Amino acid sequence: MGRILLEMKNITKTFPGVKALDNVNLQVEEGEIHALVGENGAGKSTLMNVLSGIYPYGSYEGDIIYNGEICQFQKITDSEKKGIVIIHQELALVPQMSIGENMFLGNERGKKSAINWNETYSEADKYLKMVGLSESSRVLIKDIGTGKQQLVEIAKALAKNAKLLILDEPTSSLNETDSRALLDLMLEFKKQGMTMIIITHKLNEVVYVADKITVVRDGSTVETLDCHSIAISEDRIIRGMVGREITDRFPKRSGVEIGDINMEVDNWTVYHPLYAERKVVDNVNMNVGAGEVVGIYGLMGAGRTELAMSIFGRSYGADITGTLKIKGEEVTLKNPREAINAHLAYVTEDRKGNGLVLSNPIRVNTSLANMAGVSKNGVIDVDKEYQVAVEYKDKLKTKTPSVEQNVGNLSGGNQQKVLLAKWMFTNPDILILDEPTRGIDVGAKYEIYCIINDLVKSGKSVVMISSELPEVIGMSDRIYIMNEGKFVGEMKAEDATQENIMACILQSGRGE
Amino acid sequence: MSIKIQDILKKYTMVFALIAVVIFFYVTTSGKILLPQNINNLISQNAYVFVLAAGMLLCILTGGNIDLAVGSVVCFVGGIGAVVMDKNINVWIAVAIMLIGGLLVGAWQGFWIAYVKVPPFIATLAGMYAFRGLANVVMQGLTIGIDNTTFLNVFGGGADCYIPDFLKMEGVDLNITCMLAGIIVVALFALFVIKNRLDAKSKGFDIAPLYQDIIKLVAVGASVLWIFYKLAKYKGIPAGLIWIAVVLLAYGYITSKTTIGRYLYAVGGNEKATRLSGIDSRKVFFFAYINMGLMAGLGGILTIARASGAQPTFGQGYEMDAIAACFIGGASAYGGEGGIFGVIIGAVLMGVINQGMSIMGISANYQKVVKGIVVLVAIIFDVLSNKKKK
Repeated sequence: MGRILLEMKNITKTFPGVKALDNVNLQVEEGEIHALVGENGAGKSTLMNVLSGIYPYGSYEGDIIYNGEICQFQKITDSEKKGIVIIHQELALVPQMSIGENMFLGNERGKKSAINWNETYSEADKYLKMVGLSESSRVLIKDIGTGKQQLVEIAKALAKNAKLLILDEPTSSLNETDSRALLDLMLEFKKQGMTMIIITHKLNEVVYVADKITVVRDGSTVETLDCHSIAISEDRIIRGMVGREITDRFPKRSGVEIGDINMEVDNWTVYHPLYAERKVVDNVNMNVGAGEVVGIYGLMGAGRTELAMSIFGRSYGADITGTLKIKGEEVTLKNPREAINAHLAYVTEDRKGNGLVLSNPIRVNTSLANMAGVSKNGVIDVDKEYQVAVEYKDKLKTKTPSVEQNVGNLSGGNQQKVLLAKWMFTNPDILILDEPTRGIDVGAKYEIYCIINDLVKSGKSVVMISSELPEVIGMSDRIYIMNEGKFVGEMKAEDATQENIMACILQSGRGE
Repeated sequence: MSIKIQDILKKYTMVFALIAVVIFFYVTTSGKILLPQNINNLISQNAYVFVLAAGMLLCILTGGNIDLAVGSVVCFVGGIGAVVMDKNINVWIAVAIMLIGGLLVGAWQGFWIAYVKVPPFIATLAGMYAFRGLANVVMQGLTIGIDNTTFLNVFGGGADCYIPDFLKMEGVDLNITCMLAGIIVVALFALFVIKNRLDAKSKGFDIAPLYQDIIKLVAVGASVLWIFYKLAKYKGIPAGLIWIAVVLLAYGYITSKTTIGRYLYAVGGNEKATRLSGIDSRKVFFFAYINMGLMAGLGGILTIARASGAQPTFGQGYEMDAIAACFIGGASAYGGEGGIFGVIIGAVLMGVINQGMSIMGISANYQKVVKGIVVLVAIIFDVLSNKKKK
């Protein structure tokens, strides 16, 4: 048993009207990777905000004992001085600045009146090497991918002389390869004696890296599991998180006949809107039948979202060629409105950025893509709109006190349901769901899967884009595998395994 | 319960601020600010603020976009109107020309903003210079008087721009038509509130507690009756009030009940999401600015009527008055939030402060300082209360 580096004792934090944390206890040993898991809103992020001083001492009850002394952090810099560094889920990098500039932002090398750029960049390069990045620190952030940006964040934390590194959902925007690389890097750091806390929804990652797992549920710590004394399975963790056993993570779909082909895409090629010579989607052929769930699996940057958006009324890309047939008829969809009229729906992967108007209530968001359905001659029938919103709220089991609640106040899973409601209300025959369960917790995921099943049961077609292999395999009837803009494989769900899908991608990469 | 009172305070902060400001000036001007004549002037002098702020609100809703050219357009359109009327052309044709002129200006700016994606700040800055120049060209740098009494009476200028008292009673020092109009307005409002309530009840919707509706009814009813009483003690309903009412009712309806109103909020809240929902955001921007042009046209009409003439310096700073009224009234500087009710409160607050300080004899220079501080405080309040929400 190692030395206890951090102990959080009886932490209670209340917001007006809500007890966000209730008597939470957490012990982290020196040199371990400690995973913090729990459903959305369970209180994980609040706990880490208490630890890092975002919620200052005095705004919570309980004690933080770090390195043997009681700490009273007033602000983030206090905790950073002690070596506690938190890396937030949303990357905090300035795209227009270089890696080096970002790394020492607020912590500049040299004097206040004169930044020492040589020292900045040489130091930055040193830390970049430590996280395994070969880029020069003079490269701009916007010119490197998300995976590398995440590594820059870690390098930035190292530059602050971190002893306890907290990673909040570090892999939520990374693909499988980048995620794996990041986890391996964590294991590498562990060997060097670094202590880490990781917050994540991806249980396979937890099992892969964690020494100990603390489960948080409804603002309290439920249990701490030691991964070395017994083998911990994902199901075991889920049981702790939801307080019950989820026997099947993917609801069964039975008795759904796959009917005629609803949508067919042939020789679809899309070029990048800015770099005219770059093919983003390269000669893709696909189809989806009525009552069928077709999965598109691919790593981030494979061109999946670009494919979907270019089909959906050319909302992405330039120089789009190929034919699109809906119910056997060739159509040209010039904008999203025409796509919606052709009974096509695209449910975006980026629900906050591209999907919802967060400052508007559920009612307004539900009707936005189909205003004609609740209005006459440009005048809105608010009563009808309200009824529609309530109907979908009940149907999709959205948890909210009322449909007048602003969408920005909902949890990720409930936001996703509102987004689905909005598109279901346009009465589509074909729904393209782009990462429909990203960043939402296990319970809500299951409910989204049930909604997908209901959709195909009523004869609709679903194209599901996902970068989570178990989900693609568990939910699809048929799977397309996409890599670098091309479809490199197609297989039936019953033939698909994680191994042969990854093999498909690796082989296509080698062929180039 | 205590939380609810806090919410109400937060929602109606500016109303309470307005009441506080009125009380302040009531004390410092020893009651002069509430004399019938001053109430009347408050409305007539600020008619243009209400009209322009209603147009400006739509632009701000689309994402905090403002129109800096409004003051110049008011002057330009007003100049055209004065020149046309000077040539003895029919007054209604002149009015039509001014409104169409405003529309065209709006279309010009809207085109660059919506379809070419010129940032609104820049496009309207250009307009601010260009239309000021054109106004000078139209008027050849001169002041042009207007003596058409029909025009002046209808649009709130001259001595007789009041609704005549059809029901005049001998020996009663009160404009009966005005008082009756006030009662009718309150009655209609009460009917509207009751109907909404019954409607909601019959359909099983959530309804606000009864006492809230009653408080609302009493507060609005009392203040409307009081204002009409004051006006009745003076010369009756000023023509400017009719135009304010028409514009505010129309825009209240557009922003809350129509699809285009909904799109304005949606584009301001999240343009990408709105576009992917099949709504052409370019049309929404174009609508906002062409509409601003129309309101600038009406603002120009009211301005030259009030002054019985047009001058090349008219309208200076009007854009700022309109913008300030919107922001004081709680419109978000980032778009997507705000409403006509807020615009009314914002415009009245600005008007009261202006007039109160004038009566107190504070110099125009310090008045500007105070106005600046009021705008800043209003925004600080908005920012802070939003922060707490999070």
